[in-house]
Amino acid sequence: MSNKQKLIVIGNGMVGHKFLESLVDLNQADQYDIQVLCEEPRPAYDRVYLSSYFSGKTAEDLSLVSDGFFEQNKIDLSLNCKAASIDRANKTVSTESGEIISYDKLVLATGSYPFVPPVPGHERKNCLVYRTIEDLEAITESAKHSKVGVVVGGGLLGLEAAKALKDLGLETHVVEFAPRLMAVQVDDAGGQLLKNKIQSLGVKVHTSKNTLNITDGEHAVHKMEFADGEHLETDVILFSAGIRPHDSLARTSDIEVGPRGGIVINEHCLTNDKDIYAIGECALWGGMIYGLVAPGYHMAKVAAQHLSNSGTDTFEGADMSTKLKLMGVDVASIGDCHARTEGALSYAYSDEVNQVYKKIVVSEDKKTLLGAVMVGEAEDYGNLLQLALNKIALPEKPEALILPALDGAAKLALGPDALPETAQICSCYDVSKGAICSTVQDGAQTIGDIKAFTKAATGCGGCTALVTQVMNSELSKLGVEVNTDICEHFAYTRQDLYNLIRIENIRTFSDLLEKHGKGHGCEICKPAVGSILATCWNDYVLDNKHIGLQDTNDIYLGNMQKDGTYSVVPRVPGGEITPEGLIVIGEIARDFNLYTKITGGQRIDLFGAQLHELPIIWRRLVDAGFETGHAYGKSLRTVKSCVGSTWCRYGVDDSVGLAIELENRYKGLRSPHKIKFAVSGCTRECAEAQSKDVGVIATENGWNLYVCGNGGMKPRHTDLLAQDLDKATLIQYIDRFLMFYVKTADRLQRTSVWMDNLEGGLDYLKSVVLDDSLGMCEELETQMSHIVGTYQCEWKTTIEDPEKLKRFNHFINANEKDNNIVFVKERGQIRPANEKERSVQFSDAGNAHLHQTNKTEPTLNTDQIIASDVLQR
Amino acid sequence: MSQWLDVCEVDDIAPDTAVCALVNGKQVAIFRPLATDTLFAVDNFDPVGKANVLSRGIISDIQGQLTVASPLYKQHFCLASGQCLEDEALKIPTYPIKTEGRRVYVSAH
Ligand code: SRM
Ligand SMILES: Cc1cc2nc3c(=O)[nH]c(=O)nc-3n(C[C@H](O)[C@H](O)[C@H](O)COP(=O)(O)OP(=O)(O)OC[C@H]3O[C@@H](n4cnc5c(N)ncnc54)[C@H](O)[C@@H]3O)c2cc1C
Ligand code: SF4
Ligand code: FES
Repeated sequence: MSNKQKLIVIGNGMVGHKFLESLVDLNQADQYDIQVLCEEPRPAYDRVYLSSYFSGKTAEDLSLVSDGFFEQNKIDLSLNCKAASIDRANKTVSTESGEIISYDKLVLATGSYPFVPPVPGHERKNCLVYRTIEDLEAITESAKHSKVGVVVGGGLLGLEAAKALKDLGLETHVVEFAPRLMAVQVDDAGGQLLKNKIQSLGVKVHTSKNTLNITDGEHAVHKMEFADGEHLETDVILFSAGIRPHDSLARTSDIEVGPRGGIVINEHCLTNDKDIYAIGECALWGGMIYGLVAPGYHMAKVAAQHLSNSGTDTFEGADMSTKLKLMGVDVASIGDCHARTEGALSYAYSDEVNQVYKKIVVSEDKKTLLGAVMVGEAEDYGNLLQLALNKIALPEKPEALILPALDGAAKLALGPDALPETAQICSCYDVSKGAICSTVQDGAQTIGDIKAFTKAATGCGGCTALVTQVMNSELSKLGVEVNTDICEHFAYTRQDLYNLIRIENIRTFSDLLEKHGKGHGCEICKPAVGSILATCWNDYVLDNKHIGLQDTNDIYLGNMQKDGTYSVVPRVPGGEITPEGLIVIGEIARDFNLYTKITGGQRIDLFGAQLHELPIIWRRLVDAGFETGHAYGKSLRTVKSCVGSTWCRYGVDDSVGLAIELENRYKGLRSPHKIKFAVSGCTRECAEAQSKDVGVIATENGWNLYVCGNGGMKPRHTDLLAQDLDKATLIQYIDRFLMFYVKTADRLQRTSVWMDNLEGGLDYLKSVVLDDSLGMCEELETQMSHIVGTYQCEWKTTIEDPEKLKRFNHFINANEKDNNIVFVKERGQIRPANEKERSVQFSDAGNAHLHQTNKTEPTLNTDQIIASDVLQR
Repeated sequence: MSQWLDVCEVDDIAPDTAVCALVNGKQVAIFRPLATDTLFAVDNFDPVGKANVLSRGIISDIQGQLTVASPLYKQHFCLASGQCLEDEALKIPTYPIKTEGRRVYVSAH
């Protein structure tokens, strides 16, 4: 046995785990033999993001435990192990299974549980709560056999639960006891607006409803009877009527608890027993239970420091301000939003047309901001919160903070410069302005970098706008120009240019430059505009109007290799190819002596073609029925497939058939970056669809649509956008998704990075694509159908135009080849010679070691390619 | 003195692009920017990528200087002087070029 002190932590929830991490970060974990008792069957996971379980996140995705955390730090973790009682006199904890464990120090991190009002009938089947992964599994299960769902409780969590029920396809109701929704955070007017908005999204809201009884329904499983004599029938009931602290261990061992529950703690998070701490939602500080994770995290740090004598941080209450998007509606609440402070004054602004409500509460002298409520639009949340937290002096007319900017007048905004270095910008991860600035000084340049290095903005996301402002301000101080202009020729972003081109019906680069740009264009704006023009109007890219815009690969419709030769990639939709097709490709590769390789995209790449050979090769491919594979374009690359139900014993649907259909539909679409798809025939996922920009997986009930995955430099798994779709709906959603991406992404931004930078993230994307919240879906679909309807194989068009073919001679005035291109043989095929091999070749042409291959010119039948005279000239 | 070689028609070069001509055994890239009526001739060899490809690059206006951006690694070479904007020590050869009527003439030794 070691002689270390024994530390027991009861509960491995979000806060209990943060406590362990804090001890490890302080290098103090090895002071103790640590044992963690965890009632749940799995270690800590992210409850804040619990709802994303419904959109495809798994228990592993939600896990908060880094790989090997418990093993490396020698922390003993007991799962499914509930503490039953504490014996303070003997300093032991006994578990439900009868084990008795001694402790020197004890930390209670038992969290809270959902309060279920004692309405008769509340224990009936399908009466559930919303707190753990097991709860979610039960909800999913019962939703399968249900049509209607009711959430009891219209607070923050209740509305989140309602969204989950709606997403599960149920007719959804919210029943609230108070006269308004989110009674804690918003006022009457804000609550009313919120109610209207949520009703308009298809959730029925019943306020001032007191449930008296739940009995058998006539058309549904249950009937809920209300005090006002009305009733409501439903199949599922979710209780979300507040939380209660898990304090029974304290009660039964005489640790002090508050009159309405909660384990009383001091500023070091110590209970009235000097060896026992309490942290998180089970703890009561200053008469308050903090039902948010940020204050809990702070308690965890404080307790870890105090316990290990390695810091003096104290817990002195926390700010409960919140900003969130509930079913796509922005809601924010700051500080004293009900104007309860003595002498407090308030200003309100209500706009029924745009459904926006804002209120600020200021001190009697109008100098400081005490609180605020925002519904419908909460862009100013970050600014207002900082004004309130840092007690920054308000402008003379505080109402300007919530009034919309009138013509010309710049909106009053608090610059990030006004904030002290210590200002907490992200409360979820306790990231200060100073921390963001120093990350920028260390080289971070994008919001993605900041997220990766500080975790700021990766929790609730409420601080994203402010984090961005702080970052930009610091970047400009460092002389890094925060310039979103695409280049020196256009003072616009790619998105602006896209809109200008569409709205003003601009057809050429010269027109755009004349109207909106300056100078003559460069290798940044030209390809970007070329791509936008192609997305909007879908002209032939080598048309004389557009040819000067095409980048390295597009300008010769092939990928340039290091030696100036090209690769040839015919399209093989879905990866399905006939033996005849394979033979044709093989023959061409042999005749032109091309290096041949199967690509990672389920097709065949032929390397080492010289400029003048490209048209002849493509003539043969086109004649054999092949089309261009756009391997060179910022456009659809491949739609990979698995073999699917046709052959595979597990397949549930025809993944190959769908992959081919999708590839043929979207081929040729020019986009901000390349786009890759995959379709799998069942959840075994042999096509790796969850790493693609668009992934589709067959299920028993239809197709699941995943978006915004990436392999490559920074892999990202997809998010589930929609489930169980029939094919028509699937295609409709993909049309909308792709056109929305194409419309709003930055230049060279893959869908993954686009998603990571999209304010509102997946929920926002869903609202746009599934619920048409921007009212633009019809337009997006029309635009896509234009692209689909005007597709042409660029290689076919090119080989049929003698003028275009002239460009494929290496020399405009001679029929010779580029003598700088030298191949050697390796493993039976050609490859470009390296420096050393070249120097040998040029100094001693006859060197015997070097198998310089002479590519034999294939004999050409003149009508194999029109204008072959041009090439042979 | 310079020996002019008749290379092609102006219209053989699509506006805003370039072609490559063989002049006295040298590969010469001939640019036809939209910005001016003037043609430019520089060496076709990209000294960074070490391949004969500059005639396939995009014509780029960098703060008023007309350049070609290498299709391989995107360095800019000034069309008038051959100077590489990213590397002071790097300069590619330029060649005399003129038009007579619609014909293009280049001189290179
Ligand atoms: C040929 C191929 C490798 C192979 O031999 O298998 C290949 C070759 C190239 N890839 Fe790739 N990639 C190939 C599959 C992939 C895959 C796998 C896949 O598609 O399933 C990936 C990861 C998946 C993904 O993109 O999410 C991949 C991630 C990249 C990336 C990194 C993209 C990223 O978002 O991080 C680049 C660089 C870029 O695009 O900026 C890249 C760029 C390139 C370029 C175009 C580099 C260049 O500019 O010269 C290569 C030239 C191809 C040529 O000359 O024909 N290639 N590349 C594969 C062609 C597939 C096809 O049939 O079209
Ligand atoms: C759906 C949902 C959404 C939320 N959204 C947000 C949000 O957007 N922002 C925000 O700040 N907060 C949010 N919260 C609240 C946040 O999740 C909590 O504040 C946080 O989880 C509290 O952490 P904790 O460790 O105190 O409690 P918990 O995470 O509940 O952990 C307590 C753990 O202790 C275990 N336990 C209890 N008793 C015993 C025992 N006797 N023996 C052994 N183990 C025991 C429990 O099983 C549990 O695993 C949300 C909560 C939910 C449910
Ligand atoms: S994903 Fe499923 S259907 Fe497709 S090959 Fe794999 S196991 Fe078979
Ligand atoms: S405040 Fe929640 S993520 Fe930053």
